Amino acid sequence: MTQASTDSSPLFAAAEPIFPRRVQGRFRTLKWWIMGVTLAIYYITPWLRWDRGPALPDQAVLVDLPNRRFYFFFIEIWPQEFYFVAGLLIMAGLGLFLFTSALGRVWCGYTCPQTVWTDLFILVERWIEGDRNARVRLWHQKWNAEKVRKRTTKWTIWLLIAIATGGAWVFYFADAPTLLGELVTLQAPAVAYLSIGILTATTFTLGGFMREQVCIYMCPWPRIQAAMMDEQTITVAYRDWRGEPRGKGTRRRAAAEKAEAEIRAAGPRTGGTSPLLPIRDAAGQPAPAAAARAAEIEHYGDCIDCNACVNVCPTGVDIRDGQQLGCITCALCIDACNEVMAKIGKPPNLIGYLTLADGERERLGEPPVPVLRRILRPRVMLYTVLWAGIGLAMIVALMLRTDMTISADPVRNPVNVTLSDGSIRNTYELRLRNMTGYDRVFRLSAEAESPVALELQNATGLDVTVPANATLRQRIYLTSAPDSPASATPLMPVTLVAEDEGSGRTAREETVFHGRQP
Amino acid sequence: MATKREVDEATQTETTGHEWDGIKELDTPMPRWWLWTFYATIVWGVIYTILFPAWPLVTGATPGLLGYSSRGTVAAEIDAAAARNAALDARLIEADLATVENDPELLRFATAGGAAVFRNNCAPCHGAGASGVVGHYPNLLDDDWLWGGTLADIQQTVSHGVRFEADADTRFSQMPAFGEMLAPEEIDALTAYVLSLSGQASDAPGDVQAGAQLFADNCSSCHGEDGTGGRDFGAPNLADGIWLYGGDAAAVHTSISDARFGIMPAFGDRLRPDEIAKVAVYVHTLGGGE
Repeated sequence: MTQASTDSSPLFAAAEPIFPRRVQGRFRTLKWWIMGVTLAIYYITPWLRWDRGPALPDQAVLVDLPNRRFYFFFIEIWPQEFYFVAGLLIMAGLGLFLFTSALGRVWCGYTCPQTVWTDLFILVERWIEGDRNARVRLWHQKWNAEKVRKRTTKWTIWLLIAIATGGAWVFYFADAPTLLGELVTLQAPAVAYLSIGILTATTFTLGGFMREQVCIYMCPWPRIQAAMMDEQTITVAYRDWRGEPRGKGTRRRAAAEKAEAEIRAAGPRTGGTSPLLPIRDAAGQPAPAAAARAAEIEHYGDCIDCNACVNVCPTGVDIRDGQQLGCITCALCIDACNEVMAKIGKPPNLIGYLTLADGERERLGEPPVPVLRRILRPRVMLYTVLWAGIGLAMIVALMLRTDMTISADPVRNPVNVTLSDGSIRNTYELRLRNMTGYDRVFRLSAEAESPVALELQNATGLDVTVPANATLRQRIYLTSAPDSPASATPLMPVTLVAEDEGSGRTAREETVFHGRQP
Repeated sequence: MATKREVDEATQTETTGHEWDGIKELDTPMPRWWLWTFYATIVWGVIYTILFPAWPLVTGATPGLLGYSSRGTVAAEIDAAAARNAALDARLIEADLATVENDPELLRFATAGGAAVFRNNCAPCHGAGASGVVGHYPNLLDDDWLWGGTLADIQQTVSHGVRFEADADTRFSQMPAFGEMLAPEEIDALTAYVLSLSGQASDAPGDVQAGAQLFADNCSSCHGEDGTGGRDFGAPNLADGIWLYGGDAAAVHTSISDARFGIMPAFGDRLRPDEIAKVAVYVHTLGGGE
């Protein structure tokens, strides 16, 4: 790549390859479970069935774009009710704010699709190519039969996962069993194949090769979360006051300390057999050389600089450098460090979940604030109230909505027509909506101070059959007798009523009747 | 960039040299894949301009290898829609128009298409709402028809027009200008009588009794003895509440003395048979059809 000048760093740099090591622990187990559950939800949901009657699709979750319907179990959303979807999006946004202010980037670390699929892809990679050291070796290895075989196997499995991912997506937009049959017999619409192709390509690339580059360079969320977190936010942090200065050999030092304590417990003696044990004089005081070594033991912190936290990190950051953009708080470094702490006999959680404010308190030797008090603070409560408020409002709106509506547009060009006998006729465009899964007969009537006669365009009688899951447009006429008050009144209120003949329920619409204009 | 650039101590990264309130901007190198993505967009752009219309020339633009044009897309979509409608169009032409209104599918198709035909061809005179203009063009929404309001009548009127000399089958009639034949007081009397036919109170100065006799002598051959009009001659019904040229004494007086009539062009040569059928159905369903 070109450089701006000789004394400047390069404008572009190749991404450092990252080989996350396998790790075990509480958070890794939790992440396996979350990965399993979220992937299962994603792949299985389109196959769930939900009986809505013969006229409506029986897929539990379906975004029916051609017919402008969205089905979610017992809820059916029509286009004019899109505010429910808007409300869900607002709740999702507020939910992110809520979780970020309480728990930092918990979304990034556990549930973000990029994290989940990358985790899955790394699992496959580890399964085929081995753990970190084997993968580093393979990376540097020249292309030979082994490398070709391992890489091809890995890429093939990645590709299959990617196809399944893109394939599952399209099932949300059409009847899944039908579409699957069409897909395998090559009868499916071109847009289905195109969608699967695009999503396969993005899954394969983003999960297999881009990985942490997506989080660090593409995703806006790390930038936003920096503004949403504060010193009260729980996040993954390194207890540097405990770990620093870091140094290797702590395990041996710890063994020596233990041995020394046992010797001390056994009573005073002189000399020592281990070069690590302090040599003491006759008075039992450590010899000068031994004193220096003891001071050195005191001097080191708990971090033995084993790099376990860095080696397991899927974004390749060093958590000991503190809070940083690359950290998605997946907590794998906590598990890795706790493994090491257990082995060297030190207390766990040298790296752990804590707030920046807790860090300050621990540094000064003050007791930590209970986690609940960190979470139950005004800012988090406010987000919770807003989030729950919108949710409640949506539930109430959902309960209050009716499955039949009537709306009327008075035709205003012209506002009325004089008939040959002198009577006055007004025309209205009615929209009758039937949101149920069966056909319904609505009987129409008009209520007004001065009676007006109701007629339907292109129909006899006052009954209209509104098909299942449809809106029927029906033009109607209201006619007033020549010498009636309605004809003489320039503007008279009228209520149009649709009565469901099955249930007797009614829907009403207020409108106006134009008599002779002055 | 001759001088050495400042290096941030904490990260060992060069700064851009920009500083706001003591905060400096790190000049982190971009990832290399970003650069390749940028090159890929350039390659994409070049290929696109070769395949699609792109570079402006003096009178047009380079056509592109794929021969794409937005007009071509529209034309293809119109052809596709016409092909989809061909079966319904054929059914409409074959069908007896009177039966169309019993066939919901055909009725919906005809009224939707007829509304489009109406707006393109009829609305300039009759208005977008088909309410006409008093004094010029008849209102098509009411139940009063000069030449008949059945589907067949409407289809005939649309096909051949009214007083349209270029069409041999056009509907034709002509009322004489009675101002040249009768005395002014006779026209006053006729006016008073004509207004009385529809039961209107009027302040017309004429003698209704004399008007009745004059009407029987001069007008009843076309407008009928009771003034209810004659559709064979396009003679309007004078006994109802609808007045094409206005229903007050002055307007009626002018109509009698000057003889007013309108002209409607024949659409038989301008519209396809299916379009005429559609617009006839559309007008028939507006509320006044017979």
